[in-house]
Amino acid sequence: MPSDPLVAQHVLEFPGGYTRTTGPVIGRFLTELRARRIVGVRTVEGRVLVPPLEYDPATGEPVTGEYVEVGPAGTITTFAWVAEPLDAHPLDTPFAWALIRLDGADTDLLHAVAADNPKALAAGTRVWPVWRDRPTGHITDLSHFAPEVTKIVSSVRAEYRLQAGGALRVFLEGVERGVLLGSRCEQCEKVYVPLRLACPECGNTLPDTLELPDTGTITTFAINNLPDPRAPQVPFVSAYILLDGADIPMIALIGDVPAHEVRQGMRVKAVWVPESERTASMANIRWFAPTGEPDVELA
Amino acid sequence: MRDVAIVAFAQTRHTGTDTGLSEHELIHPVISEVKERTGLRRFGFTCSGSCDYLAGAPFSFVSALDALAAWPPISESHVEMDGAWALYEAWVRLQHGDLDSALVYGFGKSSLGDLRTIMTLQLDPYYLAPLGLDQLSYAALQAAAVGAERQELDEIVRRSRADGRGNPYAFDLPDPSDEEFAVQPLRRTDVPPITDGAAAIVLAAGDLAGRLHANPAWIRGIAHRTEPHYLGMRDLARSASAADAGRAAGVGKGPVEVAELHAQFPHEEIILRQALDLGGETVINPSGGPLAANPVMAAGLIRIGEAARRIHDGTAGRTVAHAASGPCLQQNLVTVLEA
Ligand SMILES: [Zn+2]
Repeated sequence: MPSDPLVAQHVLEFPGGYTRTTGPVIGRFLTELRARRIVGVRTVEGRVLVPPLEYDPATGEPVTGEYVEVGPAGTITTFAWVAEPLDAHPLDTPFAWALIRLDGADTDLLHAVAADNPKALAAGTRVWPVWRDRPTGHITDLSHFAPEVTKIVSSVRAEYRLQAGGALRVFLEGVERGVLLGSRCEQCEKVYVPLRLACPECGNTLPDTLELPDTGTITTFAINNLPDPRAPQVPFVSAYILLDGADIPMIALIGDVPAHEVRQGMRVKAVWVPESERTASMANIRWFAPTGEPDVELA
Repeated sequence: MRDVAIVAFAQTRHTGTDTGLSEHELIHPVISEVKERTGLRRFGFTCSGSCDYLAGAPFSFVSALDALAAWPPISESHVEMDGAWALYEAWVRLQHGDLDSALVYGFGKSSLGDLRTIMTLQLDPYYLAPLGLDQLSYAALQAAAVGAERQELDEIVRRSRADGRGNPYAFDLPDPSDEEFAVQPLRRTDVPPITDGAAAIVLAAGDLAGRLHANPAWIRGIAHRTEPHYLGMRDLARSASAADAGRAAGVGKGPVEVAELHAQFPHEEIILRQALDLGGETVINPSGGPLAANPVMAAGLIRIGEAARRIHDGTAGRTVAHAASGPCLQQNLVTVLEA
């Protein structure tokens, strides 16, 4: 009840912060942090305490004066995932608190670890420090830790200019007219489509140009679940189609049929774009659609 | 060692929100109750446990003295810890042999501020507090280190809440069904309720104890041990200090019928059962424990009071009480009580 006059807000705060002296041991650690180094202190028994304490917590003995640079990388031993960070937390997006065994240390440093989600972390995950821009000698000079780099994403993009000459040009000019051109090898007695200049089997020049029908039979197919700008929808089907009279199947899209109804042996026919929209491109054929004829037994 | 017994215990009907009572108004009824039970108006020694950060005011424990009869001047002390440690100090004071009675109380209102933030202030100011490491976060780190099965944790919460429903001083809280994480792996139902409350205990030495109660709960062993404050220097999955304190107090010298454990989170109960070597024959937290009501700075003292109550009412002959302080069960005090 904010309007209740008997309720008051009360704040406990030290304006400007509370000044504390550090002493030589903690002071050394914080001074090293300012130089972006993490040090531990060696105990009489030889263990390295990180962060350094004045006394060995196991024995109560004062520690030695030997400081050892540790890390900067370490291994998570335990972590807890904070889905809703508080104002005072080091990160304002979901993160983990973790105990981190820095390389060369015998105790664990407690700090925040940035990760996309808790599944990205585990006991054993290697982490590296991310430093604040301007270290001042404070535990928060270590902004947080982040998992070791184990993969990168590199962008790849190169542009090319392609030109259809030779047989492809002749084939595409046929497609512009609404005709599929193939070629026959006299020696191998095989009809290839699209049109080609040489037989891939015997190497002979292929003189005969044939017009092939735009009907055929699906020999095999694949259901694709990734979108493609040329595809009718997702999932879409790409198939090998053996055009009637050809000996080598040609790859094309299948449309006008649910993906799960496509089958080997199915009879299909090209669906052409209207004549007014045609170009010298395979885009002239939207896809192949079932004809409704009985399936063909494949050899 | 002098024989000292618990002869009276009282606690408030705890609340989940601030009722507006000042601290001395909160503790006055429980002190009046133990005075009435024992017939004592003055005590040889008085010791209290509380935390000024809960109220956000310095020396708030001094103004709480208004709940006592503090004039003419009394012999009085205070620990900035749970009232269980005030009881330890009073027990030590009675060992001097010149006094025969002591009043102990603990109190806290954790509803006034954000307990998660306030408990950050108890962390070391160099390495942990500046990170804003909060209470649920460090408890969750310990829960992750224990790595207990969810089913076992839920069962502890369910049992504690069911027992709490049978305790008129504790809360009626729902069974765990909430899948939401507080700080993963701690679920919101693993978190103890925000609680305001107080408790008082009267200790009496030797013959006086027998005159003040028909069944005094004799303190047969009491010990506390601590571990490094910094969490990275400990094995969080275990409590070496609770085990040491339990051995020193003599927990294993006889069967334990009832154990009241200051386990604020279900994984802490697992750690403590192992540290104190409590088997299936021991009834754990029949009061519901801190998961059913958690008045900070009184919850540990209440464990001692609840363990004593089983002896006072004749339902148990040997009980153990445990109190904890500091982050992740850093400090542990174990008391063995016998009829
Ligand atoms: Zn008066």
